[in-house]
Amino acid sequence: MLAAVAPLDGRVLAGGQTLVPAMAMRLARPGHLVDINHVAGFDRLELTAEGLRIAPCVRHAALGPEGVPGPLGRLLGLARRHIAHYPIRTRGTFCGSLANADAASEWCLVAVALDATLIARSERGTRQLTADDFLAGYMTTALEPDELLVEAFLPVLPPETRVGFYEFSRRAGDFAEVMALATFELRDGLVANPRVAVGGIEARPRRLHDAEAALTGQRLDDAGLRRAADAAAAEVDPPEDHEDARRLVATAVTRALASAL
Amino acid sequence: MPLVAFTLNGQACRHEVEPRKTLVDVIREECGATGTHIGCEHGVCGACTILMDGEPVRACLLFAVQAEGKALRTVEGLEQDGVLHPLQRAFTEHHALQCGYCTPGFLMLAAGLLERDPPLTDEDLVDALSSNLCRCTGYQNILRAVRAAATEMGR
Repeated sequence: MLAAVAPLDGRVLAGGQTLVPAMAMRLARPGHLVDINHVAGFDRLELTAEGLRIAPCVRHAALGPEGVPGPLGRLLGLARRHIAHYPIRTRGTFCGSLANADAASEWCLVAVALDATLIARSERGTRQLTADDFLAGYMTTALEPDELLVEAFLPVLPPETRVGFYEFSRRAGDFAEVMALATFELRDGLVANPRVAVGGIEARPRRLHDAEAALTGQRLDDAGLRRAADAAAAEVDPPEDHEDARRLVATAVTRALASAL
Repeated sequence: MPLVAFTLNGQACRHEVEPRKTLVDVIREECGATGTHIGCEHGVCGACTILMDGEPVRACLLFAVQAEGKALRTVEGLEQDGVLHPLQRAFTEHHALQCGYCTPGFLMLAAGLLERDPPLTDEDLVDALSSNLCRCTGYQNILRAVRAAATEMGR
Protein backbone atom coordinates (compact mmCIF):
# COMPACT_ATOMS: atom_id res chain seq x y z
CA MET A 1 0.00 0.00 0.00
CA LEU A 2 2.87 2.35 0.80
CA ALA A 3 4.29 1.73 -2.68
CA ALA A 4 0.99 2.81 -4.22
CA VAL A 5 0.67 6.08 -2.31
CA ALA A 6 4.37 6.95 -1.95
CA PRO A 7 4.40 8.90 -5.25
CA LEU A 8 1.34 10.82 -4.00
CA ASP A 9 3.17 12.06 -0.90
CA GLY A 10 1.98 9.09 1.15
CA ARG A 11 3.41 8.87 4.64
CA VAL A 12 3.59 6.15 7.26
CA LEU A 13 1.59 6.81 10.43
CA ALA A 14 2.96 4.95 13.47
CA GLY A 15 2.76 6.81 16.80
CA GLY A 16 1.96 10.09 15.07
CA GLN A 17 3.57 12.16 17.81
CA THR A 18 5.79 14.01 15.32
CA LEU A 19 3.82 13.78 12.09
CA VAL A 20 0.40 14.78 13.46
CA PRO A 21 1.65 17.97 15.19
CA ALA A 22 3.47 18.82 11.93
CA MET A 23 0.16 18.31 10.11
CA ALA A 24 -1.69 20.43 12.68
CA MET A 25 0.74 23.26 11.98
CA ARG A 26 0.44 22.61 8.21
CA LEU A 27 4.17 21.97 8.02
CA ALA A 28 3.32 18.53 6.63
CA ARG A 29 0.43 18.00 4.23
CA PRO A 30 0.66 14.34 3.26
CA GLY A 31 -1.68 13.21 0.51
CA HIS A 32 -2.20 9.84 2.18
CA LEU A 33 -1.45 8.24 5.53
CA VAL A 34 -0.75 4.53 5.89
CA ASP A 35 -1.56 3.58 9.49
CA ILE A 36 0.66 0.63 10.46
CA ASN A 37 -0.60 0.30 14.04
CA HIS A 38 -2.60 -2.86 13.41
CA VAL A 39 -0.02 -4.80 11.39
CA ALA A 40 0.52 -8.17 13.10
CA GLY A 41 3.91 -8.38 14.82
CA PHE A 42 4.67 -4.68 14.51
CA ASP A 43 4.44 -4.25 18.29
CA ARG A 44 6.99 -6.99 18.98
CA LEU A 45 10.00 -6.32 21.19
CA GLU A 46 12.35 -9.28 21.11
CA LEU A 47 15.42 -9.71 23.28
CA THR A 48 18.00 -12.22 22.07
CA ALA A 49 21.50 -13.01 23.30
CA GLU A 50 22.83 -10.61 20.65
CA GLY A 51 20.51 -7.71 21.18
CA LEU A 52 17.14 -6.08 21.09
CA ARG A 53 14.90 -6.27 18.02
CA ILE A 54 12.49 -3.35 17.98
CA ALA A 55 9.52 -3.62 15.60
CA PRO A 56 8.01 -0.45 14.06
CA CYS A 57 5.21 0.13 16.58
CA VAL A 58 7.10 -0.47 19.83
CA ARG A 59 6.30 2.59 21.95
CA HIS A 60 8.84 4.67 23.86
CA ALA A 61 7.19 3.53 27.09
CA ALA A 62 8.14 -0.12 26.40
CA LEU A 63 11.87 0.62 26.34
CA GLY A 64 13.38 0.72 29.80
CA PRO A 65 14.82 -1.34 32.64
CA GLU A 66 11.45 -2.94 33.50
CA GLY A 67 11.42 -4.74 30.14
CA VAL A 68 15.05 -4.85 29.05
CA PRO A 69 17.64 -6.27 31.49
CA GLY A 70 21.18 -5.07 32.08
CA PRO A 71 22.96 -1.88 31.10
CA LEU A 72 21.06 -1.59 27.82
CA GLY A 73 17.75 -1.40 29.69
CA ARG A 74 19.19 1.13 32.13
CA LEU A 75 20.47 3.29 29.28
CA LEU A 76 17.13 3.15 27.45
CA GLY A 77 15.37 4.18 30.67
CA LEU A 78 17.73 7.14 31.17
CA ALA A 79 17.14 8.37 27.62
CA ARG A 80 13.37 7.72 27.69
CA ARG A 81 12.88 10.04 30.64
CA HIS A 82 13.83 12.95 28.37
CA ILE A 83 11.51 12.06 25.49
CA ALA A 84 8.67 14.57 25.57
CA HIS A 85 6.11 13.56 28.21
CA TYR A 86 4.42 10.47 29.58
CA PRO A 87 1.29 10.58 27.33
CA ILE A 88 3.58 11.03 24.30
CA ARG A 89 5.71 8.05 25.39
CA THR A 90 2.64 5.80 25.50
CA ARG A 91 2.10 6.44 21.80
CA GLY A 92 5.29 7.53 20.01
CA THR A 93 7.57 4.80 18.65
CA PHE A 94 11.30 4.11 18.61
CA CYS A 95 11.37 3.44 14.86
CA GLY A 96 9.24 6.52 14.20
CA SER A 97 11.75 8.70 16.03
CA LEU A 98 14.51 7.32 13.83
CA ALA A 99 12.47 7.76 10.65
CA ASN A 100 11.81 11.42 11.54
CA ALA A 101 15.52 11.93 12.34
CA ASP A 102 15.09 15.00 14.50
CA ALA A 103 18.50 16.35 15.50
CA ALA A 104 17.30 16.41 19.11
CA SER A 105 15.92 12.85 19.13
CA GLU A 106 17.12 10.80 22.07
CA TRP A 107 16.59 7.51 20.23
CA CYS A 108 18.64 8.71 17.24
CA LEU A 109 21.47 9.43 19.68
CA VAL A 110 21.11 5.99 21.27
CA ALA A 111 21.04 4.32 17.83
CA VAL A 112 24.20 6.09 16.67
CA ALA A 113 26.03 5.58 19.96
CA LEU A 114 25.33 1.84 20.06
CA ASP A 115 25.83 1.22 16.32
CA ALA A 116 22.25 0.10 15.75
CA THR A 117 21.34 -1.80 12.60
CA LEU A 118 18.23 -0.63 10.78
CA ILE A 119 16.22 -2.74 8.39
CA ALA A 120 14.27 -1.03 5.62
CA ARG A 121 11.76 -2.91 3.49
CA SER A 122 9.88 -2.11 0.32
CA GLU A 123 8.35 -4.11 -2.51
CA ARG A 124 11.81 -3.93 -4.07
CA GLY A 125 13.40 -5.85 -1.20
CA THR A 126 15.01 -5.51 2.21
CA ARG A 127 18.22 -3.72 3.08
CA GLN A 128 20.24 -3.16 6.23
CA LEU A 129 21.79 0.15 7.17
CA THR A 130 23.94 1.32 10.02
CA ALA A 131 22.43 4.11 12.10
CA ASP A 132 25.18 6.39 10.85
CA ASP A 133 24.22 5.75 7.20
CA PHE A 134 20.49 5.84 7.95
CA LEU A 135 20.58 9.31 9.52
CA ALA A 136 21.45 11.40 6.49
CA GLY A 137 21.05 14.88 7.96
CA TYR A 138 18.62 17.24 9.61
CA MET A 139 15.18 15.53 9.56
CA THR A 140 16.47 13.42 6.66
CA THR A 141 17.07 9.69 6.41
CA ALA A 142 18.26 7.26 3.78
CA LEU A 143 14.73 5.80 3.55
CA GLU A 144 13.12 5.96 0.11
CA PRO A 145 9.49 7.16 0.03
CA ASP A 146 8.23 3.60 -0.51
CA GLU A 147 10.42 2.08 2.20
CA LEU A 148 9.34 1.25 5.73
CA LEU A 149 11.71 0.96 8.66
CA VAL A 150 10.64 -2.51 9.80
CA GLU A 151 13.17 -3.10 12.55
CA ALA A 152 15.82 -1.43 14.65
CA PHE A 153 18.39 -3.73 16.23
CA LEU A 154 20.36 -2.59 19.27
CA PRO A 155 23.29 -4.82 20.30
CA VAL A 156 23.40 -5.79 23.99
CA LEU A 157 26.00 -4.08 26.15
CA PRO A 158 28.44 -6.23 28.15
CA PRO A 159 27.05 -6.73 31.70
CA GLU A 160 29.72 -4.62 33.39
CA THR A 161 29.11 -1.62 31.11
CA ARG A 162 28.46 1.68 32.86
CA VAL A 163 25.95 3.98 31.21
CA GLY A 164 25.29 7.69 31.51
CA PHE A 165 23.01 10.19 29.83
CA TYR A 166 22.69 13.93 30.25
CA GLU A 167 20.37 16.33 28.50
CA PHE A 168 19.98 20.09 28.70
CA SER A 169 16.70 21.66 27.66
CA ARG A 170 14.91 24.82 28.70
CA ARG A 171 11.76 23.12 29.98
CA ALA A 172 10.87 19.60 31.09
CA GLY A 173 10.10 17.53 28.01
CA ASP A 174 11.25 20.17 25.55
CA PHE A 175 13.66 19.50 22.70
CA ALA A 176 17.27 19.01 23.75
CA GLU A 177 19.67 21.86 23.17
CA VAL A 178 22.38 19.33 23.80
CA MET A 179 22.47 15.76 25.03
CA ALA A 180 25.34 13.40 25.68
CA LEU A 181 25.48 9.66 26.09
CA ALA A 182 28.41 7.73 27.50
CA THR A 183 29.09 4.03 27.99
CA PHE A 184 32.32 2.44 29.14
CA GLU A 185 33.80 -0.30 31.25
CA LEU A 186 36.26 0.22 34.10
CA ARG A 187 39.17 -2.20 34.29
CA ASP A 188 41.39 -1.67 37.33
CA GLY A 189 40.01 1.84 37.46
CA LEU A 190 40.86 2.55 33.81
CA VAL A 191 38.33 3.28 31.08
CA ALA A 192 37.89 0.60 28.41
CA ASN A 193 35.65 0.49 25.32
CA PRO A 194 34.25 3.99 25.72
CA ARG A 195 31.44 5.28 23.56
CA VAL A 196 30.70 8.98 23.68
CA ALA A 197 28.02 10.53 21.48
CA VAL A 198 26.27 13.88 21.43
CA GLY A 199 23.06 15.10 19.84
CA GLY A 200 21.04 18.26 19.45
CA ILE A 201 24.09 20.32 18.58
CA GLU A 202 24.71 19.35 14.96
CA ALA A 203 22.31 18.29 12.19
CA ARG A 204 22.45 14.73 13.45
CA PRO A 205 23.86 12.92 16.48
CA ARG A 206 27.23 11.25 16.20
CA ARG A 207 29.94 9.49 18.16
CA LEU A 208 32.91 11.61 19.17
CA HIS A 209 35.94 9.48 18.43
CA ASP A 210 38.49 12.02 19.70
CA ALA A 211 36.74 12.12 23.06
CA GLU A 212 36.63 8.33 23.14
CA ALA A 213 40.36 8.18 22.39
CA ALA A 214 41.03 10.71 25.14
CA LEU A 215 39.23 8.44 27.61
CA THR A 216 40.63 5.06 26.67
CA GLY A 217 42.99 3.69 29.30
CA GLN A 218 42.55 6.77 31.48
CA ARG A 219 41.33 7.22 35.01
CA LEU A 220 38.00 9.06 35.25
CA ASP A 221 39.15 11.58 37.84
CA ASP A 222 38.68 15.34 37.43
CA ALA A 223 41.60 15.57 35.03
CA GLY A 224 40.33 12.62 32.98
CA LEU A 225 36.84 14.07 32.75
CA ARG A 226 38.26 17.44 31.69
CA ARG A 227 40.41 15.90 28.94
CA ALA A 228 37.38 14.07 27.53
CA ALA A 229 35.19 17.17 27.75
CA ASP A 230 37.83 19.34 26.04
CA ALA A 231 38.24 16.77 23.26
CA ALA A 232 34.45 16.63 22.77
CA ALA A 233 34.12 20.42 22.66
CA ALA A 234 36.89 20.66 20.08
CA GLU A 235 35.44 17.86 17.97
CA VAL A 236 31.88 19.15 17.47
CA ASP A 237 30.98 21.57 14.73
CA PRO A 238 27.99 23.58 15.94
CA PRO A 239 26.25 25.63 13.24
CA GLU A 240 26.10 28.86 15.23
CA ASP A 241 26.97 30.36 18.60
CA HIS A 242 30.11 28.29 18.63
CA GLU A 243 31.54 29.02 22.04
CA ASP A 244 28.32 28.57 24.00
CA ALA A 245 27.53 25.40 22.09
CA ARG A 246 30.99 23.99 22.75
CA ARG A 247 30.69 24.78 26.45
CA LEU A 248 27.32 23.02 26.51
CA VAL A 249 28.88 19.96 24.86
CA ALA A 250 31.77 19.92 27.35
CA THR A 251 29.37 20.15 30.28
CA ALA A 252 26.98 17.53 28.91
CA VAL A 253 29.79 15.05 28.21
CA THR A 254 31.26 15.61 31.67
CA ARG A 255 27.91 15.05 33.36
CA ALA A 256 27.06 11.99 31.26
CA LEU A 257 30.43 10.42 32.12
CA ALA A 258 30.24 11.37 35.80
CA SER A 259 26.71 9.99 36.11
CA ALA A 260 27.92 6.68 34.70
CA LEU A 261 30.63 6.24 37.35
CA MET B 1 -17.07 8.23 5.11
CA PRO B 2 -15.58 5.50 7.29
CA LEU B 3 -17.50 4.24 10.27
CA VAL B 4 -15.68 4.12 13.61
CA ALA B 5 -16.86 2.25 16.68
CA PHE B 6 -15.43 2.56 20.18
CA THR B 7 -16.67 2.77 23.75
CA LEU B 8 -16.68 6.09 25.56
CA ASN B 9 -16.89 5.67 29.34
CA GLY B 10 -18.42 2.25 28.76
CA GLN B 11 -21.06 3.41 26.27
CA ALA B 12 -20.87 2.09 22.71
CA CYS B 13 -20.37 4.84 20.12
CA ARG B 14 -20.55 4.54 16.32
CA HIS B 15 -19.99 7.49 14.06
CA GLU B 16 -19.30 8.20 10.43
CA VAL B 17 -16.25 10.41 10.45
CA GLU B 18 -13.93 12.09 8.01
CA PRO B 19 -10.58 10.23 8.19
CA ARG B 20 -8.90 13.59 8.82
CA LYS B 21 -10.95 14.34 11.92
CA THR B 22 -9.08 14.17 15.22
CA LEU B 23 -10.32 12.02 18.06
CA VAL B 24 -10.86 14.98 20.38
CA ASP B 25 -13.09 16.67 17.80
CA VAL B 26 -15.20 13.53 17.43
CA ILE B 27 -15.48 13.06 21.21
CA ARG B 28 -16.69 16.65 21.58
CA GLU B 29 -18.73 17.18 18.43
CA GLU B 30 -20.12 13.73 17.56
CA CYS B 31 -20.34 12.18 21.03
CA GLY B 32 -21.22 15.49 22.69
CA ALA B 33 -18.81 14.87 25.56
CA THR B 34 -17.39 18.36 25.93
CA GLY B 35 -15.60 17.71 29.22
CA THR B 36 -12.42 17.02 27.26
CA HIS B 37 -10.92 20.38 26.35
CA ILE B 38 -8.90 21.45 23.35
CA GLY B 39 -5.89 23.65 23.92
CA CYS B 40 -2.90 23.77 21.62
CA GLU B 41 -3.95 21.06 19.13
CA HIS B 42 -0.37 19.90 18.68
CA GLY B 43 0.28 17.71 21.69
CA VAL B 44 2.01 20.20 23.97
CA CYS B 45 -0.55 21.44 26.49
CA GLY B 46 -2.28 18.20 27.48
CA ALA B 47 -5.77 19.69 27.89
CA CYS B 48 -7.17 16.92 25.66
CA THR B 49 -5.54 14.03 27.55
CA ILE B 50 -7.85 11.00 27.75
CA LEU B 51 -7.34 7.32 28.53
CA MET B 52 -7.29 4.92 25.59
CA ASP B 53 -7.24 1.29 26.71
CA GLY B 54 -6.04 2.62 30.07
CA GLU B 55 -3.11 4.68 28.76
CA PRO B 56 -3.06 8.48 28.82
CA VAL B 57 -2.89 9.81 25.26
CA ARG B 58 -3.27 13.17 23.55
CA ALA B 59 -6.66 13.04 21.82
CA CYS B 60 -5.58 15.84 19.46
CA LEU B 61 -2.75 13.68 18.07
CA LEU B 62 -4.97 10.75 17.16
CA PHE B 63 -7.34 10.51 14.26
CA ALA B 64 -10.76 9.27 15.34
CA VAL B 65 -10.52 6.31 12.96
CA GLN B 66 -7.56 5.10 15.02
CA ALA B 67 -9.85 4.60 18.01
CA GLU B 68 -11.63 1.71 16.28
CA GLY B 69 -12.35 -0.98 18.90
CA LYS B 70 -10.74 0.99 21.71
CA ALA B 71 -12.05 1.74 25.20
CA LEU B 72 -11.93 5.50 25.76
CA ARG B 73 -12.35 7.22 29.09
CA THR B 74 -12.81 10.92 29.63
CA VAL B 75 -13.46 13.14 32.62
CA GLU B 76 -17.19 12.39 32.39
CA GLY B 77 -16.42 8.78 33.34
CA LEU B 78 -14.61 9.51 36.60
CA GLU B 79 -17.66 10.11 38.78
CA GLN B 80 -19.53 6.93 39.70
CA ASP B 81 -23.23 7.04 40.68
CA GLY B 82 -23.01 10.67 41.72
CA VAL B 83 -19.90 10.12 43.85
CA LEU B 84 -16.81 12.04 42.82
CA HIS B 85 -13.63 10.11 42.02
CA PRO B 86 -10.98 10.49 44.77
CA LEU B 87 -8.94 12.59 42.33
CA GLN B 88 -11.84 14.98 41.76
CA ARG B 89 -12.38 15.39 45.51
CA ALA B 90 -8.66 15.86 46.12
CA PHE B 91 -8.46 18.54 43.40
CA THR B 92 -11.27 20.43 45.14
CA GLU B 93 -9.85 20.02 48.64
CA HIS B 94 -6.30 21.00 47.68
CA HIS B 95 -7.28 23.89 45.43
CA ALA B 96 -5.63 22.16 42.46
CA LEU B 97 -7.55 24.22 39.94
CA GLN B 98 -8.49 27.80 39.39
CA CYS B 99 -9.90 28.47 35.91
CA GLY B 100 -10.37 24.73 35.32
CA TYR B 101 -9.46 24.66 31.66
CA CYS B 102 -6.59 22.20 32.10
CA THR B 103 -8.33 20.17 34.81
CA PRO B 104 -9.98 17.41 32.71
CA GLY B 105 -6.61 16.67 31.11
CA PHE B 106 -4.83 16.63 34.46
CA LEU B 107 -7.49 14.38 35.98
CA MET B 108 -7.22 11.82 33.18
CA LEU B 109 -3.41 11.98 33.20
CA ALA B 110 -3.44 11.36 36.95
CA ALA B 111 -6.10 8.66 36.66
CA GLY B 112 -3.89 6.79 34.19
CA LEU B 113 -0.91 7.26 36.47
CA LEU B 114 -2.73 5.89 39.53
CA GLU B 115 -3.83 2.79 37.64
CA ARG B 116 -0.30 1.79 36.67
CA ASP B 117 1.43 -1.04 38.55
CA PRO B 118 4.80 0.36 39.62
CA PRO B 119 5.02 2.33 42.86
CA LEU B 120 4.53 6.04 42.34
CA THR B 121 7.69 7.84 43.46
CA ASP B 122 7.76 11.61 43.90
CA GLU B 123 10.14 11.80 40.94
CA ASP B 124 7.70 9.84 38.74
CA LEU B 125 4.88 12.09 39.87
CA VAL B 126 6.71 15.31 39.02
CA ASP B 127 7.86 13.87 35.70
CA ALA B 128 4.35 12.75 34.77
CA LEU B 129 2.60 15.94 35.87
CA SER B 130 5.06 18.01 33.84
CA SER B 131 3.21 16.57 30.82
CA ASN B 132 0.37 19.05 31.02
CA LEU B 133 0.29 22.83 31.23
CA CYS B 134 -1.49 24.72 34.01
CA ARG B 135 -1.08 28.49 34.09
CA CYS B 136 -3.09 29.12 37.28
CA THR B 137 -1.93 26.92 40.10
CA GLY B 138 1.86 26.70 39.85
CA TYR B 139 1.53 22.89 40.00
CA GLN B 140 2.24 22.48 43.72
CA ASN B 141 -1.42 22.05 44.61
CA ILE B 142 -1.89 19.61 41.74
CA LEU B 143 1.02 17.54 43.08
CA ARG B 144 -0.53 17.63 46.56
CA ALA B 145 -3.93 16.62 45.25
CA VAL B 146 -2.65 13.69 43.21
CA ARG B 147 -0.51 12.52 46.11
CA ALA B 148 -3.53 12.74 48.45
CA ALA B 149 -5.70 10.76 46.03
CA ALA B 150 -2.92 8.20 45.57
CA THR B 151 -2.69 7.74 49.35
CA GLU B 152 -6.47 7.37 49.61
CA MET B 153 -6.43 4.81 46.80
CA GLY B 154 -3.64 2.83 48.51
CA ARG B 155 -0.95 3.86 46.02
